[in-house]
Amino acid sequence: MTIGIPKALLYYKYHILWENFFSYLNINTVTSPSTNKEILDVGIKNSIDEACLSLKIYLGHIKYLCGKCDYVLIPRIVSLNKNEKLCTNFSALYDIVKNTYKVKILNYNIDVDKNYDELYAFVSMARELGISRYKAVKAYIYAKEKEKEDETAKIIKQESLIKTNKLKILIAGHDYNIYDEFVGKPIIDYLKKMDVVPITSNICKKIYTDFDYKMISKDLYWTYNKEILSSINHYLKEVDGIILISTFPCGPDSLSNEIVVRKIKNKPIITIIIDELNNSSGLITRLESFVDILKERKGMNLYE
Amino acid sequence: MSNKTISFPHLGKYYIPVEYLLKKVTNLNVSPSPPITKKTIDLGSKYSPDFVCIPFKYNLGNLIESLDNGANILLQAGGGCRYGYYKEIQEVILKDMGYKFDFYTLTEEGKVDLKYIFKTFKKLNQDLSFIKFAHYALLTLLMIDYMDNIDDFIRLNIGFEVNKNDFTNLNKKMLKDFTKCNNFFTLTFNYLKYKRKFKKIKINKPKNPLKVGIIGELYTSMEPFSSYFLETELAKMNIQVKRFTNVSYLLLKKKFKKNKMLKYAKDYITYPIGADGLDNVYRTKKLIHDGYDGIIHIKPFGCTPEIGAMPIIKNICKDYKMPIIYFSFDNQISVEGIKTRLEAFYDMLMMKKGGKQ
Repeated sequence: MTIGIPKALLYYKYHILWENFFSYLNINTVTSPSTNKEILDVGIKNSIDEACLSLKIYLGHIKYLCGKCDYVLIPRIVSLNKNEKLCTNFSALYDIVKNTYKVKILNYNIDVDKNYDELYAFVSMARELGISRYKAVKAYIYAKEKEKEDETAKIIKQESLIKTNKLKILIAGHDYNIYDEFVGKPIIDYLKKMDVVPITSNICKKIYTDFDYKMISKDLYWTYNKEILSSINHYLKEVDGIILISTFPCGPDSLSNEIVVRKIKNKPIITIIIDELNNSSGLITRLESFVDILKERKGMNLYE
Repeated sequence: MSNKTISFPHLGKYYIPVEYLLKKVTNLNVSPSPPITKKTIDLGSKYSPDFVCIPFKYNLGNLIESLDNGANILLQAGGGCRYGYYKEIQEVILKDMGYKFDFYTLTEEGKVDLKYIFKTFKKLNQDLSFIKFAHYALLTLLMIDYMDNIDDFIRLNIGFEVNKNDFTNLNKKMLKDFTKCNNFFTLTFNYLKYKRKFKKIKINKPKNPLKVGIIGELYTSMEPFSSYFLETELAKMNIQVKRFTNVSYLLLKKKFKKNKMLKYAKDYITYPIGADGLDNVYRTKKLIHDGYDGIIHIKPFGCTPEIGAMPIIKNICKDYKMPIIYFSFDNQISVEGIKTRLEAFYDMLMMKKGGKQ
């Protein structure tokens, strides 16, 4: 039996958890490759015109997995905490895929507001594959530990990066935008080439992500946007500038980016919106001038 | 007390019951925003984030015009999806523009709670007693329900009226009389009186008229300006229109229908997909079952829950061979373009209907 894992959307947040869970249970997994032109084109062809770029990419990845696996893992998440929500795309994901392709989908449903938590989702998923509850819980605990280890390692690495004396830029956005080969990767690669240290917003201690967003916005109720705002507030003093990445036309980002830009006045912020027609030269020009501004502010030599 | 003026953004005709409630339970000056015009949406989109959904831009335009007219207390509905987060952003934008005002919401975290609304009103009027508030709040809810019932009836028949504007004029008169009522008895009496009057209006309805259902996002369904008077256009073409979304549905009936809707459309949908997504999938199937001739799906540009529902609706319509047209409204759409598409859709429906007979 093979489980297909599309390398888009929530993959970047949960892949350690998923991969370890299945490897503990001796189930093969196949992951789609990083986003490329072909996957993007297939995704655009198979989705509604106005859907956000991230969703289009996701549908492209699923098409790649069709026929290569028995089940596709598609998480349906409504809420991760009480009184919080996710973008409605995540609650519709299961039905969108079911109505677009003919694939078998694993039942992975989290809705903490209605008392379906993550453990429940993993156990019910394992039951569908014919694995006992006991084994599933054990595998979940193992995978969760691995995830925690990985998280701590990443945080330690990021904290050490912050202590350097180079120019530091916070890249704030959803995980699936920051790490995507087509969306955030070109930006990070370019910054590295310019000898700038990119700090990513998704790596931040849990203690900070629970409260810090309130310094910027009180009413916000989207979990992932809360995390982004919290980590912006946490890293604000250490970094020289902020890049907000989002895809066109992301619903939650359209509002939360606005409040970041309006509330944070003492740091240069640039909002980069990526769509399917993106051309890299325009992007590089904007990044180049942004880095120049930051260097100027810091009193560095522009022509080094 | 009289130097304070409260104002709120528009949503169709619902400014009448809201104004009524505010006048009864607070002793402030109540003035709804000026009617929506081209200027409203221009103002709204000038100060809004780029790709936020269109109701935000209309609301912001409304609020700016209210503040220019001298309002200093603003009221926003709040609610699910992105609506719940409008207030904070709009407050920041308006304060950045230099206005001074207080801002309140009616709902908290998308849940309609009479106690929370009472707390909000208590801040506006210190002497308000809960009994007085509950009386007028329930009266307003009943008024909205009656309004929606009459509206449903109007939509079925307005395309076939013999004398022009009969329905609209009577509706205006009815709403005026509604606001004079002070208790449940007179309100119900008025409702029944006008219901009879509406039934007596002369219409020239064929036995088997063209029937079209409107589904989609709630703001564009309920605010005629934002859909460029789609329903009026349909009435001009002698079409019987059915629309599901109205305030009484959202406030009172939606909660109890979820399981029924999931069961009815279970071949196509497994989970609720956020906001009105599930409702619209259910409505599509229902309209097909009821023998409607066509479906019009409307939404603001970039509405996420509707985008989630669209592949499902497309599949249903494909399986049952149901004609459907999708409209997506933004602040810079041309009215002529919509008219042309609507006319083509109408011609197609007529051809299909002719083929049947």
